[in-house]
Amino acid sequence: MISRPRSYAGWVLVPALSILLALLVASVLIIASGVIGRQRELDLLLPLVAYRSLLVGAFGNLRGIANTIVAATPLMLTGLAVGVGLKAGLFNIGATGQVLLGGFAAALVGTQVADAPLFIAVPVAMLGGILAGALAGFIPGFLKAFTGAHEVVTTIMLNALIQLIVSGLVNDIFRVPGFSFARTATVGNAALTGFGGTTIHLGAIFAFVCIPLSYWLLWRTTVGFEIRAVGANPTAALYAGMHPRRMMILTMSLCGAFAGLAGAIEILRLGYYPAVFGTSIGFDGITVALLGRADPVGILFSALLLGAMRAGAPLMQIEARVPVEIIDVIQGVILIFLAAEIVVRRIFRLRTTPEAGELQTITRTYGEKVVG
Amino acid sequence: MSGPESAPPRLQMRGITKRYPGVIANNKIDLDVKAGEIHALLGENGAGKTTLMNVLFGLARPDEGEILLDGEPVQITDPADAIARGIGMVHQHFMLIPVLTVAENILLGAETMANSIFLDRREARRRIIELGKRFGFEIDPDARVENLSVGWQQRVEILKALYRQASILVLDEPTAVLTPQETVEVFAVLRRLAAEGHSIIFISHKLYEVLEIADRITVIRRGEVVGTRLPSETNEDDLAELMVGREVQLAVERGTSNPSEPVLTVEDLRVRSDRGQEVVRGVSFAVRAGEILGIAGVAGNGQDELVEAITGLRRSIGGTVHLAGQNITAWSVRERREHGLGYVPGDRQKYGLVLGFTVSDNLVLTRYYNRPFARGIQRADAAIEEWARGKIKEFDIRTPSWAVPAGTLSGGNQQKVIVAREFTPDLKVLVLDQPTRGLDVGSIEFIHKQAIGTRDAGTGILLISAELDEILELCDRIAVMYRGEIVALVDGRPTANKEEIGLLMATGGRVPAEGPPTDTSGQVETAPDTSVRGGTS
Repeated sequence: MISRPRSYAGWVLVPALSILLALLVASVLIIASGVIGRQRELDLLLPLVAYRSLLVGAFGNLRGIANTIVAATPLMLTGLAVGVGLKAGLFNIGATGQVLLGGFAAALVGTQVADAPLFIAVPVAMLGGILAGALAGFIPGFLKAFTGAHEVVTTIMLNALIQLIVSGLVNDIFRVPGFSFARTATVGNAALTGFGGTTIHLGAIFAFVCIPLSYWLLWRTTVGFEIRAVGANPTAALYAGMHPRRMMILTMSLCGAFAGLAGAIEILRLGYYPAVFGTSIGFDGITVALLGRADPVGILFSALLLGAMRAGAPLMQIEARVPVEIIDVIQGVILIFLAAEIVVRRIFRLRTTPEAGELQTITRTYGEKVVG
Repeated sequence: MSGPESAPPRLQMRGITKRYPGVIANNKIDLDVKAGEIHALLGENGAGKTTLMNVLFGLARPDEGEILLDGEPVQITDPADAIARGIGMVHQHFMLIPVLTVAENILLGAETMANSIFLDRREARRRIIELGKRFGFEIDPDARVENLSVGWQQRVEILKALYRQASILVLDEPTAVLTPQETVEVFAVLRRLAAEGHSIIFISHKLYEVLEIADRITVIRRGEVVGTRLPSETNEDDLAELMVGREVQLAVERGTSNPSEPVLTVEDLRVRSDRGQEVVRGVSFAVRAGEILGIAGVAGNGQDELVEAITGLRRSIGGTVHLAGQNITAWSVRERREHGLGYVPGDRQKYGLVLGFTVSDNLVLTRYYNRPFARGIQRADAAIEEWARGKIKEFDIRTPSWAVPAGTLSGGNQQKVIVAREFTPDLKVLVLDQPTRGLDVGSIEFIHKQAIGTRDAGTGILLISAELDEILELCDRIAVMYRGEIVALVDGRPTANKEEIGLLMATGGRVPAEGPPTDTSGQVETAPDTSVRGGTS
């Protein structure tokens, strides 16, 4: 899938079948959860009821649709943070840390511009988040390019490091008095608020703009050509006069910027940075990117899908009395089937394609020599 | 055809037809191989040799036709079945695990058990040593495969088949990866195997080799058998014509060169290998505009590192490289390219192409950022497409369209994509590293003609090749590289002496040392062989 897909149908087949299989696996759990947890009668139709309310919750009315978009917004960005990296042959597991640093920076910048007009305060705070995220991506990119340290290892370690440093700072230097828990000061006018009576905010528009922007970057520019060439064949890229090291650093910084923006949006929606900012959007980005085949358009749709499940889950819990955690299960099972593409192809008797695509980046052996 | 009519051939393939959507890969192919015969299967890339062997090895089901072993019709269902029936396959790309020993590799999948739990390593070692002795290549069963030279790795592959008691051995282009010396050694092994009654199917598109080794030659073109010959009643030109379907110029019209001023000057160049050894040790030479300078040498004598230092892929540790008078020693790959250095790499899939990219993207891989292919950072797809269409036509690249991934093209056409990209009119120097490795006669002819044309247009060409005949064919002057040094610089044909150059390649012109030479395999080395490659040209 390095070049444009030959047939779009074949290209979306495995992701689509993975979703189907995940829903089937989850159905079993939903039926079981009804019997075991709630001591209800065995209800084989419960999954259908659950999925129906999930659908209604996500798309049934304007508010649902708005919630879906708001939930999909950060996923789109972290999906790009992982997906663009995959195009360059890099597996960015550091979106989590990049989200945290981006969010924290946005909170700090936001407090500085809290009294500025909204149309200045919001973009400036977001820019702070983007730059901080880019920094968090730059570090593993630089280490990979100049020491050969594998980005999977360094980003995982940076995730822990950033989380501890940020929460240390929020608990100490940047803690504001007057609250029962540690948090930073309010971002005032930099806060993201919904408009038109919905929850849709400015950040969603930013995220939606990032999709065509990355598509343009990857497929329509020389920089994107270099990113893809380095990802597909670093030695050939070097031979052609490109600079694989430079592209690694650039791409990781760009990935970090996307994740940083995602973090900024989440924090600015909240209005402050809490000491405990637990979010799964960083890791969800991996699922989104793989489900979307590391392609910006694919990422858009997979982010909307996962966003819809998040948005529809509360109604599912109310109407079908199925715990919202089933969404995590579905997401996890999708990821397993995507990773085990061969299994999916075997189940549905599909022909295997010779090119392993982006998954190769993940399964490729470690310790490769960095060229350039 | 000779041979006793009473005993049926060891293997008979009758009317094998295999269709794939849109193509007939094999069309009513007949092939029979006797016991003790070396039967060569000759054909261009894509002629259907591999399909036929896949049918034999149970990897593909024929649509029509039958296979007979010793006169008995058989159904070969899968490779395990083929192995059980005594058919062994030695692939071009070895199927060995580098970190395991020879014995462990051979045992994989054919474990000799002491009981139901443990391997009988001793018995296995004994059998491996015995087999090696019997066929004239004694091998240490405990040597790690990664420490063996390519030639010995191939012998491990052959041993693997023999260990499984194969009596029909299929070798898919076995010499493609070997040096001339190793080829001679492997041929000796094959002759020994045939003498012991094994049947050998030898797949190749190298004419001289086939003439040298085969008892009988079957030529396939476009899925059909176009002729069967005895080596005694044919020659290279005849075989080439059969293979390609038209008369082929095996020797290109070289004409006379008009060299002028030096365009590439290498002085006292020193380069280290990945392992940190100095493998280019003070090399100096100059390539003049309008000439082809060849670097002959057995692979692994520092040629790769030399080329990488000239093209900018590797830093040198001493000496200088000048391109048209400018010192480019510290320049980047791109700077060198922009100042007129073209380069056809030795490993086209690793360096030359991004296989997943379209043909058009590969055609602009080195100049995508320039006008008219880009405006600022925005790609100009229309211009790229137009350029690609032009190049595909000009260089006769066989591809359904510019938009298919380069990886779907045949080897010869992949190389044509690289040639189309690198052979540009404004070049000062063109480095050709093994430009025809693995290609069929038609493609070789094409590339050689292009090289001569580029030379006559005033480009200085540096040709590195392990094929001495190719060097002799094209080069105006020949430098022989041995252990990191240029040991001789001689004029090309007609004055060049093939035997003399072969000897220089093998020994560096010194009296052969009594100790073990360059090879690190720790295996027995044969005496330097001067007849690097037999056959006429």
